[in-house]
Amino acid sequence: MQGIGLSAKDLSVSYGDRPAVKKVSLDFAPKQVTALIGPSGCGKSTFLRSLNRMNDLIPNCTVTGEIWIRDQNINSPATDVVSLRQKIGMVWQRPNPFHKSIYENIAFGPRYHGVKKKKELDEIVEESLTKAALWEETKDRLHNSALALSGGQQQRLCIARSIAVKPDIILMDEPASALDPVSTAKIEELISELKREYCIIIVTHNMHQAARVSEKTAFFLMGEVMEYDSTNNIFTNPQRAETSDYITGRFG
Amino acid sequence: MSQSLDRQKAKPHLAEEWVGKIYTFLCILFLITTIFSIVYFVASKGLSTFIVNHVNVIDLLTGLKWLPDGEPALFGALPFIFGSFSTSILAACLAAPLGFCAAVFMVEISPKFGRKYLQPVIELLAGIPSVVYGFVGLSVIVPFFRDVFPGQGIGIAAGALVLSIMILPTITTIATDALAALPKGLKEGSYALGSTRWQTIYRIVLPTTLPALMTGIVLGIARAFGEALAVQMVIGNAPHIPRSLFESASTLTSAITLSMGNTAMGSLANNALWSLALILMLMTFVFVFIVRFLEGRSKL
Repeated sequence: MQGIGLSAKDLSVSYGDRPAVKKVSLDFAPKQVTALIGPSGCGKSTFLRSLNRMNDLIPNCTVTGEIWIRDQNINSPATDVVSLRQKIGMVWQRPNPFHKSIYENIAFGPRYHGVKKKKELDEIVEESLTKAALWEETKDRLHNSALALSGGQQQRLCIARSIAVKPDIILMDEPASALDPVSTAKIEELISELKREYCIIIVTHNMHQAARVSEKTAFFLMGEVMEYDSTNNIFTNPQRAETSDYITGRFG
Repeated sequence: MSQSLDRQKAKPHLAEEWVGKIYTFLCILFLITTIFSIVYFVASKGLSTFIVNHVNVIDLLTGLKWLPDGEPALFGALPFIFGSFSTSILAACLAAPLGFCAAVFMVEISPKFGRKYLQPVIELLAGIPSVVYGFVGLSVIVPFFRDVFPGQGIGIAAGALVLSIMILPTITTIATDALAALPKGLKEGSYALGSTRWQTIYRIVLPTTLPALMTGIVLGIARAFGEALAVQMVIGNAPHIPRSLFESASTLTSAITLSMGNTAMGSLANNALWSLALILMLMTFVFVFIVRFLEGRSKL
């Protein structure tokens, strides 16, 4: 298959003695959206954060197992985490634009990865904002503060910012749960656009969202993957009782 | 029936509320009265130099000679003003980079070690009496400067160095708080774009917390500006503008503490010292306003 996907093998994460993710093995296909669903505290966000080694930043968090991209296990100590994170973008629940202008937010990544020419940066900024469906709204005020944007616009800016470093994979941790329905719809539309180029892994609490945007869905419970199948099957024909209980709202 | 019962019940609560209100009001009234009295007292004394003794304000602010007993008496406070500003600003220039780096180390690089050992040590620095700083300055820094640089060792350089150690806790503590209060998402956002820790600190953490860091510097300068004893011990107290950093000089505070006991209340020389105090006080107000302004900007 074309493009770059990612696969986790026996990935376990624990905070101190407390295991949060237990031996999870999942394959993520390129140019597809995979949704991770499950009740709060089931380990799906922790799992997601392990994929670009963000958990390295948390003291006493240990990640064991393998994460393969192409033929490289990125969960080994030899991996250059800095260049890895250029390949795997991330978007959080709360938009976190830097306290800089819109332009500088986008140019931040590329600039420190060696793009120096203003013309090239201009192109990257326009391209990224266009892909994030934000160009039309911001092209006349690129040098205004990013903090003046609305929450939904800020979130799209954060997506544009992660696209700007040309990643292969984008991780999204409940990217729309802090937004109003209109902004949420825009983000979902954007995700459907972006999957033509990127492998997208999205954690969501909103099951309708998972059903709308994703091709495959993994259901997490108590740190384990209960079921992983095409989204259609998960929502219409779940194999396990827990999955069906969760998606029909009987718990969680 | 129930109406009257409610009212009876409400009465003790009402009384309690009133007692609290009156008590806090009295406290604040006392505070405000004290502050206004001090301001009024210093201002009335300080201004009488100009109003009663008819000394020209411009002459006082720009005059180079301070001869209260001279014939005619001269009240040029510029050497003191210059000394105060140069020592405080130089002290801030020395302390600010140190303080920032210590804060970055404590928050970003090694929080465990920083919180456990560095922070208490720096807070301890703030508790050392200023006379001890002055004494150490006089017996260590001044002889060192005397050996290494031309001159007596005393002067603005020695004063600034002693002051920089004294204001280090202020700058470090404020910088540490500012760095610790930075939303975690911002740093993660930067890391997730493939930035190194240094790039994140340099490009995200420092610019975002800059107003708070500036607040720390200004508060440090304000503290240095008002410090009298330690500076007086190492600066030499000659009332003229020095030609080098290692030549005897004076500050507003050292001039006041040295001469206040030797002048008669109400005399011209005494009033002139009050004018120096007024300048000090007004400068402190300016610093407070600067801090207010910076704090307003840091609320993003």
